[in-house]
Amino acid sequence: MAQPTVVIIGAGQAGFQVAVSLRELHYDGRIVVIGDEPHAPYQRPPLSKIYLLGECTDEQLLLRPATYYAQHGIDLITGKRAVAIDRSRRKVALEDDSVIDYDHLVLAMGARNRPLPVPGADLPNVCFLRTMDEAAALKARLSHTKSAVVIGAGFIGLEFAASARKQGIDVTVLDVADRPMARALSKTMSAVFMREHEKLGIKLRFKTQVMHLLGGPEGVSAVETVDGQVLPADLVVIGIGVIPNVDLAATCDLAVENGIVVDEFLQTSDPYISAVGDIAAHPNPYAPGARVRLESIQNASDQARCVAARIMGQQPAAYDALPWFWSTQGPLKLQMAGMPAADCEEVFRGEPGGSVCSVFLFRGDKLVCVETLNRPAEHMLARKLIAQRIPVTPQQVADLKFDLKSLLPKPPAAA
Amino acid sequence: MSKLIVATRTGDEMVIESGKPGRTVMEMMRDEGVPDLLALCGGSRSCATCHVWVDPAFADRFPPAVEEEEELLDSSSHRQPTSRLSCQLKWSDDLDGLRVTLAPDD
Repeated sequence: MAQPTVVIIGAGQAGFQVAVSLRELHYDGRIVVIGDEPHAPYQRPPLSKIYLLGECTDEQLLLRPATYYAQHGIDLITGKRAVAIDRSRRKVALEDDSVIDYDHLVLAMGARNRPLPVPGADLPNVCFLRTMDEAAALKARLSHTKSAVVIGAGFIGLEFAASARKQGIDVTVLDVADRPMARALSKTMSAVFMREHEKLGIKLRFKTQVMHLLGGPEGVSAVETVDGQVLPADLVVIGIGVIPNVDLAATCDLAVENGIVVDEFLQTSDPYISAVGDIAAHPNPYAPGARVRLESIQNASDQARCVAARIMGQQPAAYDALPWFWSTQGPLKLQMAGMPAADCEEVFRGEPGGSVCSVFLFRGDKLVCVETLNRPAEHMLARKLIAQRIPVTPQQVADLKFDLKSLLPKPPAAA
Repeated sequence: MSKLIVATRTGDEMVIESGKPGRTVMEMMRDEGVPDLLALCGGSRSCATCHVWVDPAFADRFPPAVEEEEELLDSSSHRQPTSRLSCQLKWSDDLDGLRVTLAPDD
């Protein structure tokens, strides 16, 4: 009988962690990881920050040294795309016509950049920032850049803006929304970021849309908005979100909505196929009633470990990890615990006007999300408050003299 | 040559024979594939998933924790007097023989 095999499509954080966790749990079959980028699995978060600023080498980005995979019996296939899944015979076909049999398949294809559908978006010096190659190209450009326009005031756009500003580049950020990170952040914290980014010298323009990008064969020269503003730019960075890579799953008739549909165990509509990470539309206890897709390192890592344990035959445990997230934008360290939600009561904790503060979001009397700025310890505390459902009131949160730590159950006496 | 000894969560001991001056203890453990080391934030003092207990004999060989690291350690239920975030510990050859214990998950 052939050796049992787990095939993982996608070599990002989620796919990587499935492979590593399987080995750590002593899976003794074959593990194949297929990635379409030419690199061994690497960390994406530093790309928009220290990598862009030249404070981190390619090697330091790697999640493990390139030699790790062979040493641990993991077949890492890079630079190749999986093109078809034969569910009835449990086979995956790659673009080079090779075919790999699987006993269990894990889909971790992540997402791709959402393109900007305006004329000029294909000009030279119009860049994205998701992969190592894209980041390397941007890094090479930065030293020749005087003024950059960032399209999209989301996490990536603002992380890039802060890094570029740090290099003395004139930066303008545009967004169709009326405030930064509007999809994910409370109005209160959004306002803090608006003020802090302006203090850094970043220009922010909201409620505006790009009509086209101007320039020629030598590259982009300006961005024109629908309201007729022309913003000179020798670099444009587009950060308007991502599209989950569901095509392969849809083609083999797996259930797909906004992502690949999985149950609470992260299993797809096929019991031999699981999906993890950015691509998995999953039920989440912190977002009752709807399947969600979360684009975060935490989600990728925790879902990967959950699936690896199930493949190892451990009693299936429903995925129930508390969502958390961070985005470092220059000197602004944003962290979020819990699920961002609209229509919450927003309670500010901090000195007004400062760059060290938090916003606690309550739905009814329940704490559902905490956003912290430059307060990592309070973020860690918030994770405990939310996950352990520890009662806390808006009055306690608003009172800076109240020690939130006193709400935690007392730790057992030291052993 | 300098070596780092890591006590893992399962109680095993891993010896990393060739220390890499200039890299951090977290990076050395990660590169060696120390099990259960998540180091999710990659060393940006955002997550505390690389928390270790440093051998007391070596504890004063590192610069003290900055406030942010201190706060993160303080938020752990497993804080001990020699707790550090291993991403903040830069390796040098005179640390030869250092022993760290991976702290339990929070």
